[in-house]
Amino acid sequence: MNISYFFFIILSVLAVASAIVTISTKHPIRSAIALVVHFFMLAGLYLTLNAQFVAVMQILVYAGAIMVLVVFVIMLLNLSKDQSFEKKITFNNFGGIVLAGTFGLAVIYAFINLHPEPTSFPSHNLNFTTVQVIGRSLFTNYIVQFEAIGLLLTAAIIGAVLLAKRKLM
Amino acid sequence: MENLGWILLEASIKAFVILNIVLLGAAASVYLERKVSAAIQDRIGPNRVGPFGILQPFADVFKLFFKEDIVPQAADKLFHALAPVISLGVAIAVYAVIPFAHYVEINGVKYYLGIAPDVNIGFLFILAMTSVGVYGITLAGWSSNNKYSLMGGLRSSAQMISYELSMGLSLIGVVLISSSFSLNDIVLQQSGWKWNVFLQPLGFLIFLVSAFAETNRAPFDLPEAEPELVGGYNTEYSGMKFGMFFLAEYANMATSSAFITLLYFGGWQLPFPAEWLGLQEGSIGLALAQFTTFMIKVGIFVLFFIWVRWSIPRFRYDQLMNLGWKVLLPLSILNVILTSIGVLIFK
Repeated sequence: MNISYFFFIILSVLAVASAIVTISTKHPIRSAIALVVHFFMLAGLYLTLNAQFVAVMQILVYAGAIMVLVVFVIMLLNLSKDQSFEKKITFNNFGGIVLAGTFGLAVIYAFINLHPEPTSFPSHNLNFTTVQVIGRSLFTNYIVQFEAIGLLLTAAIIGAVLLAKRKLM
Repeated sequence: MENLGWILLEASIKAFVILNIVLLGAAASVYLERKVSAAIQDRIGPNRVGPFGILQPFADVFKLFFKEDIVPQAADKLFHALAPVISLGVAIAVYAVIPFAHYVEINGVKYYLGIAPDVNIGFLFILAMTSVGVYGITLAGWSSNNKYSLMGGLRSSAQMISYELSMGLSLIGVVLISSSFSLNDIVLQQSGWKWNVFLQPLGFLIFLVSAFAETNRAPFDLPEAEPELVGGYNTEYSGMKFGMFFLAEYANMATSSAFITLLYFGGWQLPFPAEWLGLQEGSIGLALAQFTTFMIKVGIFVLFFIWVRWSIPRFRYDQLMNLGWKVLLPLSILNVILTSIGVLIFK
């Protein structure tokens, strides 16, 4: 048994468990914190794949920035336990359950028919995921996409500033 | 698997030693804070427990252990208990990547002094952990179900999010110069007084100010501003839960000092060539000398943190936000541009 395999099992069990808590709890803050735990487990899974940069970015961007804002908003609105969930089964609810079940079956069918090869974990000497390599490929092979994302983010920032400043102008 | 066992054993021993260093360091900085504040305010300070009151922090911790742990009735019990654990856990987790000295070579095997000082993301790991540290304070404020706590928690998250940006951007200069995220590489690259502080004076100043804001220390201790918020996010905490927040604050201060030392002041590099001591690379003596150097440098910055707290009055909240967004952020972007041009010309 490989050390990566050992960590993979622990991390994936915890990741799935926290994901289930995220969608099943009715408490907004609990849900948000479970999602943070989920992001940490995902980061751990990236580490077993030797993708340290992606792992740290996962924590830095998702757990450290985006989820902090989400928690911040939940606290500002002072949301408490949501009591408005409908308990009775309406036509919409029933349709949703059927569709979700079909999708779930399709996914399971697809995975069974994949016959996945037992993949080996990348050895620790591989350096294809270091910051240098990622940076080089971002600025050579994927330069168009990279610039497009940059443009998109700039537009989003200008839009956010405009929305926030509307009252002041 | 035998190999794995040894790796885990080595990591556990290192973690145990480092944990003790961190906690003892936190106790020492509490003592220092009380003594220095006393000196600044022309008092004597703690002088009853042990010689010169040296055992005062330990007496305080024992007192905290025996105090009643009061949880407000309306509080969210789970998160009320979890928040101090997150705060202290994150503060200690950072030490996983901090190198205390270079390495010791025993029987041809190199033992690095630090749990993982050579990972190529060490630097980003510390940034990620400090950004996660917000949760402890935010959750403490929210779960207490007290308006002062909530205000303190919200202020702290707003403050930390704002200053994280300029903090991260000011550090890009260091990365550009050393072209590595590994803390050991950054330290090695500063050997022989080639300290980054001389190459990055602007970045260093921005980082220093942001570090004060990130650790919630005066003059940026708005989250626990006593006149307006009672105690801020930890108003409803007592006993050792309060003690954990208290320890986390001092551990964070030590972390910031260690980070400043590693990135801008040459880390464990001796201020003179190692040959002067007649010690070989990899010997225990040299490692001890490096460890002492590192600790002295960190101690100087901890003293600086304390000195500033007892000298400068607290900022107003809008001043804090203006400083973060309108002064430090543009300056840090300017620093990135200037450093990039410099690296392009001189490298």
